[in-house]
Amino acid sequence: MDFRDSREEAVFRAELRDWLEAFLPDALRDHPGAVSTTDLELRRAWSRALHEAGFAGLTWPVAFGGRGLSPRHQAIAYEEEVRAGAPPHVGVIGIGMAGPTIIAHGTEAQQARFLSPILSAAEIWCQGFSEPDAGSDLAAVRAAGRLERDRLVLDGQKVWSSSAHVADRCLLLVRSDPSSSGRAGLTMVLLDLRSPGVDVRPLRQLTGEAEFNEILLESVEVPLGDVLGDVGGGWEVAMTTLLHERGTLGLALVARLDAQVRRLVALARERGATPLQRDAVARAWIEVQALRITGQRSLDALERSGAPGPEGSILKLRWSEASQQVTALALELLGTDAQLLPPNAPYGGLWPLQQLRSRGSSIEMGTSEILRSILAERVLGLPRSR
Amino acid sequence: MDVSPTPLQDALREQARGFLETSASPTWGELAELGWTGVSLDEAVGGAGLGLLEEAVLHEEAGRATLHAPFWSTMRLVSFLPEADRRLVAAGEASWTLADGPLVPDLDTATHVAVIGGDTVWELTGAAREVLATTDATRPLGVVVGGDVSRPLFPSELLPALRARSLVTLAFEALGVGTRALELAIGHARARHQFGRPIGAFQAVSHPLADAHVELELARSLAWWAAWAVEEGDPLSGCAVASAKASAADAAVVACERAIQTLGGAGFTWESPLSRLYKRALGIRSFEASGEQLRAEVAAHVLDAD
Repeated sequence: MDFRDSREEAVFRAELRDWLEAFLPDALRDHPGAVSTTDLELRRAWSRALHEAGFAGLTWPVAFGGRGLSPRHQAIAYEEEVRAGAPPHVGVIGIGMAGPTIIAHGTEAQQARFLSPILSAAEIWCQGFSEPDAGSDLAAVRAAGRLERDRLVLDGQKVWSSSAHVADRCLLLVRSDPSSSGRAGLTMVLLDLRSPGVDVRPLRQLTGEAEFNEILLESVEVPLGDVLGDVGGGWEVAMTTLLHERGTLGLALVARLDAQVRRLVALARERGATPLQRDAVARAWIEVQALRITGQRSLDALERSGAPGPEGSILKLRWSEASQQVTALALELLGTDAQLLPPNAPYGGLWPLQQLRSRGSSIEMGTSEILRSILAERVLGLPRSR
Repeated sequence: MDVSPTPLQDALREQARGFLETSASPTWGELAELGWTGVSLDEAVGGAGLGLLEEAVLHEEAGRATLHAPFWSTMRLVSFLPEADRRLVAAGEASWTLADGPLVPDLDTATHVAVIGGDTVWELTGAAREVLATTDATRPLGVVVGGDVSRPLFPSELLPALRARSLVTLAFEALGVGTRALELAIGHARARHQFGRPIGAFQAVSHPLADAHVELELARSLAWWAAWAVEEGDPLSGCAVASAKASAADAAVVACERAIQTLGGAGFTWESPLSRLYKRALGIRSFEASGEQLRAEVAAHVLDAD
């Protein structure tokens, strides 16, 4: 047992740290992270530079343009990005979810066509799973994919699709067998968002930003060559995607929480804290250490078994609750000043924005209720509740 | 980085659990024969030459079994004792408890008592021992009256290092207690049927147990980190042991309370194993420092240090 970097990990960390120090443009330093249309090209250029330096797709196999490194290297990269104040690669959904799913289930032709542009940020991906009537209950997906000769014809509505407003492609789950229900009869498609009949509408969220979108589909034609896995085999493909969503991305979340707690500590030092507030700061600091090490433990499990386990749910669940507590505490320290928006707001309005944003954290990527059920059923072995 | 238990740690755990499941109240000699009392002592004094990370596994198993023996009391102290005393502990011929407060644990079982006097920790001999009635009967507290400080053991400046060991080993003991309580709750929630279904299928029952699991696993991460940090003399070891003990003790108490609730009336009986586990968890929480005090130490490091 050793909580330090191995020699090889330390070399990798130093290499990335030096590179970020040298090449991160000032315009992107301390970037809040969410992709907007205004700085999209800057973010693309930055992501391309990451790729050309060999820092995109670290865990992807070398055969698909990745580095073939361990998830632990990915965790180091998250930490160093946060330390440098660098935004993540703009294709975070492509690299973390769509790409690994295509590597697992795609044909050679699909892998040749889609994987490289993900890494180079030539194509940005989004995910089309949720619908107005299929949120936590993903098997209730209703968007239709009607099989017509050599194509699927899509009709329906997707919602809460992050980054769709800047994306080129969408990993989209549809019901290809209209007589089916539940997990059967679903199909995963690699949708070109420029196809006729696709309408992407940004949704303005609680914070005032628009990170997510609804996607309206009206007689959208998809060639069968863009079906991922088997027609009717979409559920299995979707499970691969969700495992990756909760597997390594949890470590990125913890790295960002670490940075958030450092800012909280700075705020508490500056404004002063009551004994109760000091206790809450200590709780937040302890929680970050616990999540960081738990993330490392889940990496050990991942390296042994090859697939992320349901334990990853712990990171997502507690990260969301911790970020809510940390931002609420920051608001308390700021008092009424926290009501101010830019240009009058302290710290550029960072804290009230992050506090509002944190309420989405326990909803996106699996609600806290779903995560507790996953832990109860798959880790503790309790009976299914439904 | 490698933060998983080693095969050796796993093997120790398996052996310890197997033994304690068949032997409810082992003697100190039996524990010595198994290698427990010398686990982290040098081979030169008859120990196994292992480290705190291995000793930790035994504390967790001791907690799980609510072991009635001066194991924690002795082990937090032993590495600071003179060589001859370490040799006697490894051989199972001596056990210790430290009177670092008015209430002293394990006076009913420990053969030797240490006491703090100024800049030295001494052996106390000839003192009258009175074991008091305490909530946790498996680690009773008592008082020592009179006696003489007969022999210097080690300088008091080592007490902070001793406290670090006390905290981290209590954290592991708490993990054993909490994990066992959660297992009992899970077993009951699967087997007990009401309204035609196992009660564990109700989310009002299962989600609190999922939370207990999460809290124990997070505390487990902190405990391993703390044990490693103490062993390595890491600069953050003070914060690590405070974090680990605060989190593990709280997680154990909460796991026991949720388990009692899950088992219903049966969980509330004197005979239930939860009765012993809960009282041990409450005892651990009260030992050395409360979670609130420990978090105040963490806050001082995080907020006041330059």
